[in-house]
Amino acid sequence: MDMSILFGRLTLDAIPLHEPIIMGATAFMGLVGLGVVYAIHSNRFWVPLWKDWLCSVDHKKIGIMYIILALVMLLRGFSDAIMMRSQQAMAAGGTQGYLPPEHFDQVFTAHGVIMIFFMAMPFVIGLMNVVVPLQIGARDVAFPFLNSLSFWLTVSGALLINASLAIGSFARTGWLAYPPLSELAYSPDVGVDYYIWALQISGVGTTLAGVNFIATILKMRAPGMDLMKMPIFTWTTLCTNMLIVAAFPVLTGTLALLSLDRYLGMHFFTNDHGGNPMNYVNLIWMWGHPEVYILMIPLFGAFSEIIATFSGKPLFGYKSMVYATMGIAGLSFLVWLHHFFTMGSGANVNTFFGITTMIISVPTGVKIFNWLFTMYKGRVRMTVPVMWTIGFMLTFTIGGMTGVMLALPGADFVLHNSLFLIAHFHNVIIGGVVFGCFAAMNYWFPKAFGFTLNETLGKAAFWCWFIGFYLAFMPLYALGFMGATRRLQHYADLAWQPYFIVAACGAAVILLGIVFQVAQLVVSIRDREQNRDLTGDPWNGRTLEWATSSPPPFYNFAKTPKVEALDAWHDMKKKGISPLPDTFAPIHMPRNTWAGFVIGIAGVPLGFALIWHIWWLAGVSFIGMVGAAIVHSFNEDRDYYVPADEVAEIEGRIALAKVA
Amino acid sequence: MNERTLRRLGSRLAWLAPMITLGGCSWDLLDPQGNIGVQNLSTLTWATLLMLIVVIPVIILTIAFAWRYRSSNLAADYAPDWSHSTKIEIVVWLVPALIVASLAVIAWKTTHDLDPYRPIASKEKPIEVEVVSLDWKWLFIYPEYGVASVNEMALPVGRPVHFKITSDTVMNSFFIPQLGSQIYSMAGMQTQLNLVADKAGSYKGISANFSGNGFADMRFEAKAMDQKGFDAWIAAAKASPASLDMAGYAALEKASEHDPVRFYGAVTPKLFDAVLMKDMHDNAPAEGKAHSQITSMQMPAPAQQD
Repeated sequence: MDMSILFGRLTLDAIPLHEPIIMGATAFMGLVGLGVVYAIHSNRFWVPLWKDWLCSVDHKKIGIMYIILALVMLLRGFSDAIMMRSQQAMAAGGTQGYLPPEHFDQVFTAHGVIMIFFMAMPFVIGLMNVVVPLQIGARDVAFPFLNSLSFWLTVSGALLINASLAIGSFARTGWLAYPPLSELAYSPDVGVDYYIWALQISGVGTTLAGVNFIATILKMRAPGMDLMKMPIFTWTTLCTNMLIVAAFPVLTGTLALLSLDRYLGMHFFTNDHGGNPMNYVNLIWMWGHPEVYILMIPLFGAFSEIIATFSGKPLFGYKSMVYATMGIAGLSFLVWLHHFFTMGSGANVNTFFGITTMIISVPTGVKIFNWLFTMYKGRVRMTVPVMWTIGFMLTFTIGGMTGVMLALPGADFVLHNSLFLIAHFHNVIIGGVVFGCFAAMNYWFPKAFGFTLNETLGKAAFWCWFIGFYLAFMPLYALGFMGATRRLQHYADLAWQPYFIVAACGAAVILLGIVFQVAQLVVSIRDREQNRDLTGDPWNGRTLEWATSSPPPFYNFAKTPKVEALDAWHDMKKKGISPLPDTFAPIHMPRNTWAGFVIGIAGVPLGFALIWHIWWLAGVSFIGMVGAAIVHSFNEDRDYYVPADEVAEIEGRIALAKVA
Repeated sequence: MNERTLRRLGSRLAWLAPMITLGGCSWDLLDPQGNIGVQNLSTLTWATLLMLIVVIPVIILTIAFAWRYRSSNLAADYAPDWSHSTKIEIVVWLVPALIVASLAVIAWKTTHDLDPYRPIASKEKPIEVEVVSLDWKWLFIYPEYGVASVNEMALPVGRPVHFKITSDTVMNSFFIPQLGSQIYSMAGMQTQLNLVADKAGSYKGISANFSGNGFADMRFEAKAMDQKGFDAWIAAAKASPASLDMAGYAALEKASEHDPVRFYGAVTPKLFDAVLMKDMHDNAPAEGKAHSQITSMQMPAPAQQD
């Protein structure tokens, strides 16, 4: 029998047994996996894992799972970074380093894809999940099942990308897979297919999450919370999700066209038969530039909450902040061409996109000033989240400056694709998104888990990241001026090497920061009893998430709060309004369901089958997904009421713990 | 601000380059050797200076406010409800807006001046060079001289060069950092670039867009020399027995890495146009057919020139 009917193009040769680095990494991942399985088994955690987590529709748990995924993927993406930095520190002059081009090219592609799609995106969406329903006084998101489905689709994408390490190979095209390099003629193996299906499957999840959050924010706010009384993080989440819903279908469509080229021999982006790769470059950046703001805008919101809380003052210029955010969101669709000024557009077109790009720096600058004036005449507590925020303000400002330099076509013509560009976008993404994620994690951790994170280790981690960032990326700015371009597996000019070595040292300092972060988690969990947050409001917060206990009961609020002012919780505290009701009433809640997990994870066999051309499996998985959705649609037992007695009992327990 | 100021600033900055040359590093972008590169650098410098008007105060204020209003400093004012000031809001919107407005003027001016397609004003007639990026090497055709070279090109000092650029593989970017602006090379498209070298020297050329396995070694030398040197270089190329006819091109086109510098003493006429057109029809250029193919169809429109 022809094995290809059973296995498509998958053969045993797909496992890179002859590559010690890859097999070592695979073995390591396998061991970690086994360890997790053992831990679950020995703690008899299988049933709770299934019932309370995998089937959960609770936004807080889904948010936590998103962030766990992000942290795991951060480790994976960072390993890629370490490999790149060490390769380039070695491969000067005639030497080739230790990563041959076939491998190095996969490493930088995987680094970009993983950090953007499977680290930053899940982190940001996880934060929204944990925080937004609490901030608006809701019991859950608008579509809890959809939320679970979104998450598991994202997990499927992440699993596929990691499978490419052990089975076959990943794309060697750079993180945006520009054709014609990503077309069959130049990338005939499975790498680009892994890329396409990992992104398509997780992209569906992201789009659905976007729909879900828009509906949640527009329809489920507590009474009295009109739009201009929404906390700023909720505002930025709303903007971001509008961007997601507008931009992600463009990505899906673009990758679908690339798949048609690769699977059905069409010619949208090929060199021949009238294909036009320039269309892909335009389309992918029409998604890609808004994507940058999809990541950044929610963290602008997080920084705003943090700086206001810890300065003991309302956010300066709340209205400006809202308009600035909306302005940035709108403008982000008008700048995509600045990613390829060098493609031969005319001077008028290039000027237009250069100027729109620079205009974005106006509202962004306003935001920075607003944070400054929030600190002004405040009482700034130098906690870990504040340190990340100040680190962000300093670093992001420099990144903004280099961004404006790149926005001028006349300057971009020499800086495009250079290491200066690499330094610039890491300057804003690490200085903005990553610092923001860590600020937010330290800030909202006690809300999610009921105890605070260790401050000393948190500060040590901050300093390592902060110093490590400058060590790692300032040399890249310099190398850009020396004419060093990106994605070089080796280079001839020995004079560049010292700069690459300093950059590698910077990466090592960041690694130390990550070690401190792991230690911070371990130590904080160990000492959790000493660091319990019994008040629900450890930072003297201003917004509604601090009005309930930490961690909040699954229904969030025993009584839906009434909002009378911006900074609703601060206002309630001032007026002495209790968040608890006089008498408890039954609470309407969604039921957990297996459907999100099953449909979402079926994305793994579906994607895998499509990648390897195992058509029967693709058919079976797809029918399985659709079938499960149909079966789920007949399930009418989707919600229930938590009896008033049960609410009273839970709230009683919380009150008792407070007293004790 | 006029072009002269820009250029003066650029050339003044070029003076700085030797001073910051450490350990033999070549700061190519800060040490431009041609007029286009000088303008790139001055654009960059103006942008930086204007941005510093905001950036420096922001950095100072961030540190100052964080220090002054730290919670342990009870001597500092505390205004727990203060969150609005129309005056401050006007300033923080207006100042960045004014800076961006000035930058927009600079953007308009420099983007038009530095339009890669724009011929360089000069008494001298520009020299034509046709460039093809291949896996993983650069082919330079000198149609006026009927010669071609691989991984090395020559240009006479002071005489503008008009490049017509295409690719016979994936997308690359044609870039000689010390001479200034780069532009993509794309199959089936022709992009253009105008550069000039003001000083004799050997400048490195690279591909600035990742193109696969052999990308890191896709380098060439751009040799700027006086007219005599240039003529000698052309004569040396002419003396090469190799001929870049269709068979020669077919051999050259095959993927290869670390290609040595090579010269072709003869080149099939309109070879560049044939390469440009071949993907449009999915026909490998066959000997003798190239010319008729071109005449049967108009030249493809240059990529996206508006």
